[in-house]
Amino acid sequence: MRVFFEKSNRILDLSLDLKPRAFLVLAFVFLIPSYLFPLWTLTMFAPQYPEGLRMGIYSWKLEGGNKGQDVKEINVLNHYIGMKDIEIADFNEFKWIPFVVGAVGLLILRAAVLGKVSHAVDCLVIYLYFGAFSVWSFGYKLFWYGHNLAPTAAVRVDPFMPPMFGFKQLANFGVYSYPGLGSYALGLVALCLALAVFLAWREGRLSPAGALRAAA
Amino acid sequence: MNEKKKSILSWGVLAVVVAAGLLVGRCAPSGPKAAKKGGAETKSDVAVAAMKTYVAPGDLDEYYLFSSGGHSGQVYVYGVPSMRHLSTIPVFTPYPGTGYGFDDESKAMLGNLTWGDAHHPALSETNGDYDGRWLFINEMNGRIARIDLRDFKTKQIFGPVPNVSGNHGSSFVTPNTEYAMMASRFSIPIPKGTVAPIEKYATDYKGIIAGIKIDPKTGQMSLAWEIMTPPFDWDLGDAGKKVSDGWMFWTCYNAERATGKLEVTSAQRDRDYIAAVDWKAVEKAVAEGKGDLIGGVKVIDPKKVPGLVWLMPCGKSPHGVDVSPDGKYIIGSGKLQGVTTAFNFEKIKTAIQNKDFTGDEDGIPVLKYESIKDAEVPVGLGPLHTQFGPDGMAYTSLFVDSAIAKWKLGTWEVVDKIPMSYSIGHLCAAEGDTVSPDGKYLVGLNKLSHGRHLSVGPSQPESSQLVDISEEKMKLLYDAFTEPEPHYAQMIKADKLHPIEVYPKEENKNPLAIWDVKDAGVTRQGTNVLAKVVLVRSTITPTAIEVALGDTVKIVMTNIEQTTDELHGFGLLDYNINIVVDPGETKAVTFKADKPGVFPYYCTNFCSALHQEMQGYLIVKPKG
Repeated sequence: MRVFFEKSNRILDLSLDLKPRAFLVLAFVFLIPSYLFPLWTLTMFAPQYPEGLRMGIYSWKLEGGNKGQDVKEINVLNHYIGMKDIEIADFNEFKWIPFVVGAVGLLILRAAVLGKVSHAVDCLVIYLYFGAFSVWSFGYKLFWYGHNLAPTAAVRVDPFMPPMFGFKQLANFGVYSYPGLGSYALGLVALCLALAVFLAWREGRLSPAGALRAAA
Repeated sequence: MNEKKKSILSWGVLAVVVAAGLLVGRCAPSGPKAAKKGGAETKSDVAVAAMKTYVAPGDLDEYYLFSSGGHSGQVYVYGVPSMRHLSTIPVFTPYPGTGYGFDDESKAMLGNLTWGDAHHPALSETNGDYDGRWLFINEMNGRIARIDLRDFKTKQIFGPVPNVSGNHGSSFVTPNTEYAMMASRFSIPIPKGTVAPIEKYATDYKGIIAGIKIDPKTGQMSLAWEIMTPPFDWDLGDAGKKVSDGWMFWTCYNAERATGKLEVTSAQRDRDYIAAVDWKAVEKAVAEGKGDLIGGVKVIDPKKVPGLVWLMPCGKSPHGVDVSPDGKYIIGSGKLQGVTTAFNFEKIKTAIQNKDFTGDEDGIPVLKYESIKDAEVPVGLGPLHTQFGPDGMAYTSLFVDSAIAKWKLGTWEVVDKIPMSYSIGHLCAAEGDTVSPDGKYLVGLNKLSHGRHLSVGPSQPESSQLVDISEEKMKLLYDAFTEPEPHYAQMIKADKLHPIEVYPKEENKNPLAIWDVKDAGVTRQGTNVLAKVVLVRSTITPTAIEVALGDTVKIVMTNIEQTTDELHGFGLLDYNINIVVDPGETKAVTFKADKPGVFPYYCTNFCSALHQEMQGYLIVKPKG
């Protein structure tokens, strides 16, 4: 154990090689789609809605299908069960997620330029934490909408958890919930960061301590 | 024994008599089979017809058919080839189904008239082809309406136009929708309101033809010019196209200027007339300030301003006059003849140039019939109206023969006939009055339908029969029973229309429109009460409106939905108020609260599972 930590400390101080740096830059590039594409998509079909109602959740906005009309329609339907209107103003996430993505991006760039292994590890750890928190936050939001139903609603339904991943039948609606392109890109960011750290680690373990310029 | 014999004998005689009777009965003439069925006879014919007209659930038709509703005052929309009735566009008559004629705007548009005899729909054209922008339709009280095909709603009713009485020869548009036209069927002394004894009909009663200018951008109609004519009964018209662009043709009956029992008195001469009007020359004359003020508008007298109108003699009591797709031939059909006449436009122009006249009518020269006609086509009895196919074929309805004749332009030979059930009036081929007819389908608009449908009592429906004209032989495909009374129709390829399905919120410019239930409410200024109302699933906000007896109440309602098919109604009981508001639309209704009490209002247009609950009360408090 002690050996591991000592070795780790040595590796963390090492300067990054070209390959890990390239993966860091790639990770940065894959952050960009999270601004352009939805992170999550919800699609609802019912007999009366053969074309489906669509909602895309971006890192900074909601976008309804049919020029935004679908979100309004979802709200009109949800008001019968006493669900709160889905409104951009209610999503704090839209304020902090873009900011955090930007901050993580800067950290990744910093690691790519300054180039210590420890920086890459920092990026990975912060990013994984951010990712996990975001997924929890999204899940909680779904839970919150499904469980904060007005007691005076015209149609009483048991509190429910909308599907986070996959399909669920809710009354006359079949609801599909899947990650969007933005989330897949964010997944690639994690992969690139992990690869950068993994490569740096392997490199560090193989290189003889004396040959390192890190000490200098 | 004897008795028995006698009895056997008498029974025998009786049997012979009965047998003979049966035999004779069998020999009595019965109707020809073909006439009874009137078309598809063999099983395979029926199967082919069924396949050609069957539009599976969820599938769409290929053409729109806009059919005039005659004295019902409306336009009916059908899909072709299914012949399904898709919707009704209210035009000249209130229509509770869409709240038409109940809200302030449509009520004002209808004016004091709650009926109109809608006759000849005309789709707007660009370069002689349907452009899918507007549909115009005339009615007898001197009016023309414009329907916007973006939302299938009546946008303007123009008229009654001064001096025009019985606007039958209308609303035919020119090839670039410069004009819709008007022509009077019932001559009267003009201006309206003046009186002359019927004995002075020939001299003191006047016919009017008029050009209604159409704004190329907005479609807004205005009166451009009127021409005074002898008291002929102007009937139908068609605008020249391509080589004959710039000309307008109208048929008339009663060239005799007769009165009284017209069925006799107006059918004495062998020929009536088709008027040929050089409307570009008329425009010029108007620009030069010609004409006299009658009934508040400038009217041109062709006696004073020659070179605008000529008369072409045509077979007795003509109805349709139809210009061929290339504009070269003008087909005039005399109802009381067995032929239809093809006039040659070039020859008409030459005759005008050479002053090849046989006389005049109140200063309007009459062209020599023999000099301008190309052919008399022996189509059959009672030719009435002609439409065209893409291949130089013409289709003429035969009222008396109850059939359609197919014949070829140029060779003038009749190539096919098909019986119609029964007594066909107009017909309508797919884009069949444009410069590029589609062929394929033709609808015969029949006057009688007796016996071809489940009996519905003495008020029999009209019949519209779909005919396949894609092959050499015409084939009857389908019987549809249409609302009264289709005088003419327009058939346009479905992909030329792109109707909206909701009114986009950003296009709603009504200053009283509100989009949030928070803004709904009642305000008062003196005795004027304004209620701003929001309609959205499933509440009418506010749910109670309180006014005082004698107040003038204006209710302005906005349907804030932007979802297809989410219409909401506003029915106010005992006050005869019935409004329907489409998604994104704002409508207003103003009325006097002249009955005290509590009056429920509710959504009339089933909108949601809680539609029944969408209701409220108008509370009219008595004074004191």
